[in-house]
Amino acid sequence: MSEILVLVDHVDGDVKKVTLELLTLAGSLGTPAAVWAGSGYSDAAKAKLAEYGAEKIYVAAADEIGDYVSAPKAEVLAHLVAERSPAAVFLAATGEGKEIAGRLAIKTDSGVISDAVGVGEGFVAEQSIFGGGVNVRSRVTKGTPIITVRPNSTAPVAAPAAGAEEKVEVALSDAARAARIVERVVQEKGARPELTEAAIVVSGGRGVGSGENFAIIEKLADALGAAVGASRAATDAGWYPHQFQVGQTGKTVSPQLYIAAGISGAIQHRAGMQTSKTIVVINKDAEAPLFEIADFGVVGDLFQVVPQLTEEIEKRK
Amino acid sequence: MNIVVCVKQVPDTATERKLRSDDKTLDRDAADGVVNELDEYAVEEALRLKEAHGGEVTVLSMGPAKTTETIRKALAMGADKAVHLHDDALYGSDALGTSYALSQALKKIGYDLVILGSESTDARTGMLPAMLAERLGTPQLTLASKVEVDGSSIKVERITDYGYDKVEASLPAVVSVVEKINEPRYPSFKGIMAAKKKPVETLGVADAEIAADQVGLANSWSEVVEFAVAPPRAAGTVVKDEGDGGAKAAEFLASKKFV
Repeated sequence: MSEILVLVDHVDGDVKKVTLELLTLAGSLGTPAAVWAGSGYSDAAKAKLAEYGAEKIYVAAADEIGDYVSAPKAEVLAHLVAERSPAAVFLAATGEGKEIAGRLAIKTDSGVISDAVGVGEGFVAEQSIFGGGVNVRSRVTKGTPIITVRPNSTAPVAAPAAGAEEKVEVALSDAARAARIVERVVQEKGARPELTEAAIVVSGGRGVGSGENFAIIEKLADALGAAVGASRAATDAGWYPHQFQVGQTGKTVSPQLYIAAGISGAIQHRAGMQTSKTIVVINKDAEAPLFEIADFGVVGDLFQVVPQLTEEIEKRK
Repeated sequence: MNIVVCVKQVPDTATERKLRSDDKTLDRDAADGVVNELDEYAVEEALRLKEAHGGEVTVLSMGPAKTTETIRKALAMGADKAVHLHDDALYGSDALGTSYALSQALKKIGYDLVILGSESTDARTGMLPAMLAERLGTPQLTLASKVEVDGSSIKVERITDYGYDKVEASLPAVVSVVEKINEPRYPSFKGIMAAKKKPVETLGVADAEIAADQVGLANSWSEVVEFAVAPPRAAGTVVKDEGDGGAKAAEFLASKKFV
């Protein structure tokens, strides 16, 4: 079977879960080959990639790859596409992943599909568009199919493979060195999982009423080992940081379980969470549109319901 | 400073958005066209940069005839002039074709800074700003929540999953913005009236030296195989809180093995 390149998404050497999902997906359609770009490669990373099916691991470990925005990683992939003629390239549908995919498509004169929720035979990608209102199947018709895949679209399955390492040297162009990252600022997120990667997300909206009140959302999230999200209304009001916004102009999440408290569910919000597998809605307004897509809903005061739910979960642990 | 803001007209999210059954492209007639929300933030940022550093703000928009409504809105906010990239040959272009066409128009217009929203609310590919940087060979300063220009250097704060990166480059550059960056102004009555008199130049593919075999639906690099309206989710259970709503929700979660 032919090789499918999977760009490893990692932060300081930690392989993100979406990469394991992409390896699993690639394993269902061909032979997965992981591509590591940047510093931080380690035996632990290698073991993890091999455990989830990477027959090969291409390692472009030059530190400078991580010193510039997106372009160096696109050059590493373009080099491999030219040398190895893979059947396809998969990347995580994150902000950076989509940028790299876009640049790679131009470099290799290939078609690109963004934010797939599944990929099948012939690299036909499934997308959920217009806020989840329409399902689309599309495919690349020129060059090498380049597909970015939404995190949590595939359950990662261990499938031990060789993980044969191959070093890759790529001389970066001047253009790839144009936008220099001079500092990385890490903002505290505590022990919670990352929003787009989390299996469970608990989000609060206008009904939460204040930044302080978000503590009850956080408590429920922590009881479930979940990430915290927020609606646009909550982030616009300054109650919760912008990067946690779920919705059309924020993050798109697709967890196993999404709990929304005090969120009415305008289309802008639904666009960011409609592909969640199970949806629980807590809102005092029985007419809130989000109840229409809820698997379970409670019409009630979130300040009563959420703490009780948290307490019940703690009891059951 | 010569700033060009790329603005897209998109179907209003609040209306029903559809694909056409014949050629599977966006049905632009089915919904009201509005300015892509994040592009309004881009216009605002361009205006603020102009106010601080001087120069001129040009709106560039590619799309059918009715795109002029969107162009007028951006002009009403305060942009100085506009270029409407409009040609039947562009119809149905995918992200690759669109980025190519826009990059050709940008070369024609000239720019120190290109600003646009980080993604559109209709296609949501999130790729176009990076594609423009790739095509133009200029620095890519995308997902910016803060922009500072000092002479010929530019600094942005680029939002990431862990916080943000501080990124530096030299002009000319491509910047994409997120909504955290500012609060877009509403057009004033005076601005709306003034917009009617501002120059809007229309460019076709020949004018912008766009190779016709690189744009349009037939030359796209990808195709929609099929599409269908998503089936409604199976109706769930909704209970009224009688003092035990939290406990009932916990029972539901337990039944699904989440706890």
